Amino acid sequence: MRTADLLGFAVGAARGNRVRTALLMLAMAIGVAAVVTLTALGDGARRYVVREFSAIGSNLVIVLPGRTETGGINPGSFVSSTPRDLTVDDALALLRAPAVQRVAPLAVGTSELSVGGRLREGMVVGSTAEFIEVRQFKMAQGQFLPREDWNRGSQVMVIGAKLRAELFPNEPALGQFVRVGDRRFRVIGVLASTGSGLGMNTDELAIVPVSLAQAMFNTNTLFRILVEARNREAIEPAKQQVTQIIQQRHDGEQDVTVITQDAMLATFDKLLGTLTMGVAGIAAISLAVAGILVMNVMLVSVAQRRSEIGLLKALGASGSTIRAAFLVEAALLSAAGALFGYALGLAGAAVIRALYPTFPAYPPDWAVLAGLGTALFTGVLFGVLPARNAARLDPVTALARR
Amino acid sequence: MGTPGASASEAQIELQGIERVFHLGDSVVHALAGIDLRIDAGEYIAVMGPSGSGKSTLLNVLGLLDRPDAGHYLLEGRDVTTLSPDEQARVRSQRIGFVFQSFHLVPRLTAAENIALPMVLAGLPSRERDERVRQALDGFGLTDRAEHRPDQLSGGQRQRVAIARATIMQPAMLLADEPTGNLDRATGDEVVRLLEQLNAGGVTLLVVTHDAALGARARRRLLMEDGAIRHDERQGATGHAHG
Repeated sequence: MRTADLLGFAVGAARGNRVRTALLMLAMAIGVAAVVTLTALGDGARRYVVREFSAIGSNLVIVLPGRTETGGINPGSFVSSTPRDLTVDDALALLRAPAVQRVAPLAVGTSELSVGGRLREGMVVGSTAEFIEVRQFKMAQGQFLPREDWNRGSQVMVIGAKLRAELFPNEPALGQFVRVGDRRFRVIGVLASTGSGLGMNTDELAIVPVSLAQAMFNTNTLFRILVEARNREAIEPAKQQVTQIIQQRHDGEQDVTVITQDAMLATFDKLLGTLTMGVAGIAAISLAVAGILVMNVMLVSVAQRRSEIGLLKALGASGSTIRAAFLVEAALLSAAGALFGYALGLAGAAVIRALYPTFPAYPPDWAVLAGLGTALFTGVLFGVLPARNAARLDPVTALARR
Repeated sequence: MGTPGASASEAQIELQGIERVFHLGDSVVHALAGIDLRIDAGEYIAVMGPSGSGKSTLLNVLGLLDRPDAGHYLLEGRDVTTLSPDEQARVRSQRIGFVFQSFHLVPRLTAAENIALPMVLAGLPSRERDERVRQALDGFGLTDRAEHRPDQLSGGQRQRVAIARATIMQPAMLLADEPTGNLDRATGDEVVRLLEQLNAGGVTLLVVTHDAALGARARRRLLMEDGAIRHDERQGATGHAHG
């Protein structure tokens, strides 16, 4: 049988039983759509995190108190207890490093902010004038924290855009006073809205001088020290110099973790990439299930079309022709279902993007190829058994059944 | 065994001691019990007998749809019982045409496509197919029915399509199993005349039938009973059964 005839015959057979064809294609389509949509979600998450990390500043080296065994970051980086605290003096000492451009100490706590009768729980960040440059924030109104002695800050505050809208809904914020605990801060600036970054929503931050934040939270330790290297090439030297300086200051003990943005990015990239693979694997199971359905439907089809198969044999079709006809039909249906599912999956990803515009839910190419490939492969693989059954059918008994 | 030495000229079909046994539960049914039969090219044979006498099994064996359990089947001097299934399929494709009682047309294909089916399966190029189908439609008076599907055709038209399909590969023999069984008398006669015309053109015609009137038209009649040929008579004169 010629290839074109084989295809035409398979298409005819598929169109001859529309319910069966629709069912089979739907099963394949759901499988492929699941792969495409779920990997779009997973890869979207990866891209989202990568973008967020890129947004927190460039050439960044971050010093965390505590030591993780192997370097890099792990979930412990964020919760580990501190053997020897990071202090403002540590941060000041880092300015000596030649590869370092700027240093911004960071002390963080939550506190109640009140203006007149309005009360709000908010995240208070203690830092210095360098913070805005290191994190590359923009001001909407007023100015950022003034340059002054790190150990003696003035009672001023810079607030995020959302905080401003909530604390001062109907009046200008600049020059107003915000009460935090038993202290009063004068608002000197409002940050331009940036959205979230590194787990903190900067629109909801209240930034005060680091010394006052430490006094309020009754501590002399720092949460992080943000270090900006002179340029991209200086990131590694900066990391080494920072590690060395802190080690000297901490009696020769390496009790801090120094991470670079690149390392963090790479780790998250890997983590979420693995997650996407896992999700794709789960979705692939539905493809395998679809494959089994293909087999089931084709087996039923062979049983239903016994007399047709018998007739074809009587008309001179060899076993291999019959086998090829059924295999081509299974492959065609799988391919059509897979393409339909691909379109469905793209639509699903588009819906996700429409609902969450900040979330870049695009399916990665490898997932699309793997999804389509697996669909075709399982379709053909599970089509083999029914096709073999059809080819082996005894023409006499097949013809007798009518 | 080699070619039969006994025959003066080579027979088209030579059956030697053909046996076909079915096991139905505990009982053993000898559908064909030692059939010896010789058929020359161009013969017109009616196979008759009661139900269960083995007529259809004989037809299936002759058409290579069924394998005998014992004996030899020589088709045009070649032992076809030992051929592989694919080789048998090729023989069916080239040498044998089937006509069934219930027509066995593919419901989703048009009359023209049904007629073309054996050529499609044999891998003939579509230009040659189209030409032969056009001639067949013309020859069987089906030209205006070419694009109709079987459910849009009358019984007589369906059987004509089936006969056109059976002859499209220009086979050496036509095997018809109750070709008029599902047709009224007038249409049945028309179909029989068609088959006889083909036989007159040189094709060996073997018809299995219950219908005595149809059987009487054949030049040679085989009467089967319990898997054996009881009578083998030619054109009115009674001959002796080979087995």
